Amino acid sequence: MDDLYREVIIEHYKNPSYRGKLDPHDISFADNNPLCGDHIQIDLRVSADGLVTDARFDGHGCAISQASADLLLESIIGKPLEEVKKLNKESVLELLGIELGPVRLKCALLSLKVLKAGVYGLREASDELVE
Amino acid sequence: MTLNITEIRKDFPILEREVRAGVRLTYLDSTATSQKPLSVIQAMDDFYRKSNANIHRGVHTLAEESTALYEDARERIAKFINAASARQVIYTRNTTESINLVAYSWARANLKRGDLVILTEMEHHSNLVPWHILQSERGIELDFVPVTEDGLLELETYKTLLSRRPKLVSFTHMSNVLGTINPAAEIIRLAHEAGAITLVDGAQSVPHLQVDMQALDADFYAFSAHKMCGPTGIGVLYGKAALLESMPPFLGGGDMIKEVKLRSFRPNTLPHKFEAGTPAIAEAVGFGAAVDYLSSIGMDKIAAHEHEITEYALERLEEIPGVKLFGPSADKKGGVAAFTLDGVHPHDVAQILDRDGIAVRAGHHCAQPLHEKFGIPATSRASFYLYSMKEEVDLLVNGIYKVKEMFG
Repeated sequence: MDDLYREVIIEHYKNPSYRGKLDPHDISFADNNPLCGDHIQIDLRVSADGLVTDARFDGHGCAISQASADLLLESIIGKPLEEVKKLNKESVLELLGIELGPVRLKCALLSLKVLKAGVYGLREASDELVE
Repeated sequence: MTLNITEIRKDFPILEREVRAGVRLTYLDSTATSQKPLSVIQAMDDFYRKSNANIHRGVHTLAEESTALYEDARERIAKFINAASARQVIYTRNTTESINLVAYSWARANLKRGDLVILTEMEHHSNLVPWHILQSERGIELDFVPVTEDGLLELETYKTLLSRRPKLVSFTHMSNVLGTINPAAEIIRLAHEAGAITLVDGAQSVPHLQVDMQALDADFYAFSAHKMCGPTGIGVLYGKAALLESMPPFLGGGDMIKEVKLRSFRPNTLPHKFEAGTPAIAEAVGFGAAVDYLSSIGMDKIAAHEHEITEYALERLEEIPGVKLFGPSADKKGGVAAFTLDGVHPHDVAQILDRDGIAVRAGHHCAQPLHEKFGIPATSRASFYLYSMKEEVDLLVNGIYKVKEMFG
């Protein structure tokens, strides 16, 4: 439990490096966590050869959801979209470096869900994206 | 007269529990669901050990016993809310189902395209969504009594809305977020003068206040057992007898019929007409024990104790820099304190409080439109009941200071 609010999480929550919007962008997607009202929008710029060249997130939510968005975007810049498609629950938990119960897991995975729904060009995000 | 909280807490075994080694539970989430006294737990346990049988049809001893227990509980619940007759007390699953019963049965038989239903901006989703469904299905119109900055209903606007001749006014007696106790008798009287039927969401009021169906003159009144020391899975729809009699059945099946042919049926009399299938029998027995328990302590004393603790909590919370409280002053509200803490999301507040065993709720508390009105996605909510202590408020306040420190 004490691990849940590791310094790195509080630091990314209070001083995120990738908060904001990208205009223009190549990919943009937004979704809510209906239970908490957390909201995350992610904008991406993608190069002609399919590399993520820039990424930003915007929205509001708890420290876990916002810090995981920041850490996630940090991890994908410079990576090919094909690799982003392969990210899953474990990738996010590894970035956060903590264990999470079922309720807070949803907070942590919201950004990945939004990211993958955008990358796959889906109309709606589904939980299956982050299994 | 004040309550002997030490004695009362002995009735609730769960309050002795440690959330983890050395950390005792501080339960400040009674608005979501209350804890259960031993007498309720024992009544249900006794029922399953000694009397369990299906009700109404059997002639054997156990069937008669269980039927009597189920119906006795109804009598006591009717008395608890001062209903004129137990026939007017319909068992449902919970407040939500009670409201849906009115929406599916009364409203579908009585509302047509263009008919106006008045709600308020402080409703729980359970008193919004059934009407949204009816709006898309029937083309009824919805309008809302606004909430002021202080968390009160704008009664002047309500009077203006009434001039549009609504068919139904449906509102919460006590807000589950703001704690506001609405002037139900006045709202009902004004609605009746305008020719409207009234439905009251009493999920938060019946557990905490003395409510009197005949004095209120409500047409429909809905509440749940689990917020008033009773079990989950059972609630009540109270209704005026003439209205309930005129309504078509809601769910079809066993027990709600007088006679069934292959191609037709005749519905049963009240209250059974609305109780299809085997109901929550043990839960009804537990519900009866819960109203007995509350009556033995006295609703006036419970309300006075909650008022005292709420006043103290609001005072202490207000002193914390960065805390913003929602809802009216203690004299206009029940035992609820919803708040935000600058720079920290309510989920993080709740999670860090949980480390000290303090249980509060975080989120929009099934009142998303109300949170939107105040321009916030969520709040943390501490709520109090007859077993809450000032010491628990102190623990909460200390916990919030710890949260502030972490997020510095």
